[in-house]
Amino acid sequence: MTDALRHMKVHMMKNKVNWYTIPYYLWIALFVIAPVVLIVYYSFFDIEDQLTFSNYEKFFTPVYLKMTLNSFWYAFLITFFSLIIAYPTAYILTKTKHKQLWLLLIVLPSWINLLLKAYAFLGIFGTYGAANEVLDFLGIGKQQILFTDFSFLFVSVYIFIPFMILPIFNALEKLNSSLVDASKDLGASSWTTFSKVIFPLTIDGVKSGCQAVFIPALSLFMITRLIAGNRVITLGTAIEQHFLITQDWGMGSTIAVFLIIIMIVIMMLTGSKKERGIR
Amino acid sequence: MNKLSKASVLYLILIFILLYAPIFYLIFYSFNSGGTMHDFQSFTWKWYKELFQDTRLLVIVLNTIIVALLSASIATIIGVFGAISLSMMRRKRLRNTVLSLNNVLIVSPDVIIGASFLIFFTILGIKLGFVSVLLSHIAFSIPIVVIMVLPKLQEMSPTLMDAAFDLGAGWKEVLSKVILPYISPGIYAGFFMALTYSLDDFAVTFFVTGNGFSTLSVEIYSLARRGISLNINALSALLFFLTLLLVIGYYFVSKRTVRRHKPGVNK
Repeated sequence: MTDALRHMKVHMMKNKVNWYTIPYYLWIALFVIAPVVLIVYYSFFDIEDQLTFSNYEKFFTPVYLKMTLNSFWYAFLITFFSLIIAYPTAYILTKTKHKQLWLLLIVLPSWINLLLKAYAFLGIFGTYGAANEVLDFLGIGKQQILFTDFSFLFVSVYIFIPFMILPIFNALEKLNSSLVDASKDLGASSWTTFSKVIFPLTIDGVKSGCQAVFIPALSLFMITRLIAGNRVITLGTAIEQHFLITQDWGMGSTIAVFLIIIMIVIMMLTGSKKERGIR
Repeated sequence: MNKLSKASVLYLILIFILLYAPIFYLIFYSFNSGGTMHDFQSFTWKWYKELFQDTRLLVIVLNTIIVALLSASIATIIGVFGAISLSMMRRKRLRNTVLSLNNVLIVSPDVIIGASFLIFFTILGIKLGFVSVLLSHIAFSIPIVVIMVLPKLQEMSPTLMDAAFDLGAGWKEVLSKVILPYISPGIYAGFFMALTYSLDDFAVTFFVTGNGFSTLSVEIYSLARRGISLNINALSALLFFLTLLLVIGYYFVSKRTVRRHKPGVNK
């Protein structure tokens, strides 16, 4: 068969398959592009369906700015604690014998329904729960743990740890171990080897881990409601509140627009240069 | 291989305890006749029996499974053709644009997906309930299927297709006898991921579900907001073992397909 004929056949295949790809492009139009457009559109309407910029003006009042800052602060703390717990874990995991099995076991809890894990902490952190029993035993006495910032941070970190471990583990796996050996041979201390060789070479994994934690942490609303009572208000809680409780879709959409903008900025900050080159 | 230091082993053990303790805590108290998540009194199957007599909850479990299976299947079909279409694109810019659009729903926070879909369904006049939940689950599962299938398509040598054409195969045969078998590990992985996405989803469903229809996650949320009931504990024990079975099953299926394809793939 000549090349031209073969080329024609492949081209024909492309055309035939095109019919089957219609649902995919319909999906992009209806469920990717349309929703974003709708969110932006709705952000210009107030609760009485009047076209207005008032939602945006409202967003820049101290109430909403403070909420946004708070949400950032919590998301930052959650990401930070997840990272300092996850990095050593990932590092030790790569040194174990059956590392894939151990990794699977670390990731397994993340398959378990999120709600159930949050619910477990209602029991553990409750007035008579295990945590308070330990505190009692230590002589500290019972504390109010549930519905505090601490419980919110703890449960969030608990839930996000596997998502931080995974990319860091993959980055560490790709690390060429002879570089570490070389650093040690040249007399670098363990800390220098870590800070000058290992960490910089796995920074991409750290970045994608932070991205996988920070963005969802900004938009948590289920954990805040269950574990933090209504003490902690994140951007996610605010959106849920406006859409489902006060029915002020315009303001909810405005907060969503800012969340999308923040998301894009974070992705640009954490997106690695190498990846961008390949794409 | 260096031996792990004692401190490292201890650290790892601590992390494992931290990750698993809450789950086992839940399961442990599902056998408590006392009815609370503290002060274990005596062993009982009571909460499990109650669970199986609760027809409302059983209907919800059934709903959840039906939505998961249907949405994962449909998303897999749409996603596979999407991935094939992407892999055939020659123009790099176009391909990158489509790929970026594909990934939007993967990186978007659940609240935004839920809120925007709620607006979308309301505008179209689609009644909130089974249909809106199913459509949403299909929608957020498609991109993950594409992401799982695309690498397989890209590693497939184009000469494989040329050879099939040379030997006189039609495009349907090339698709069903060459392309689909080759990318099947990716398809399984995509389907499995879609299944777990659907089973796990709370936030999106919470936004687009009406009064009459509920999935397990949404139901657990409303139960948990009312306080502790050991029925949820019993339910979570069952779900834990189901998840375990799913993951182990998937582990073996993926191992088997890897072995089967090894002679051809040889990575």
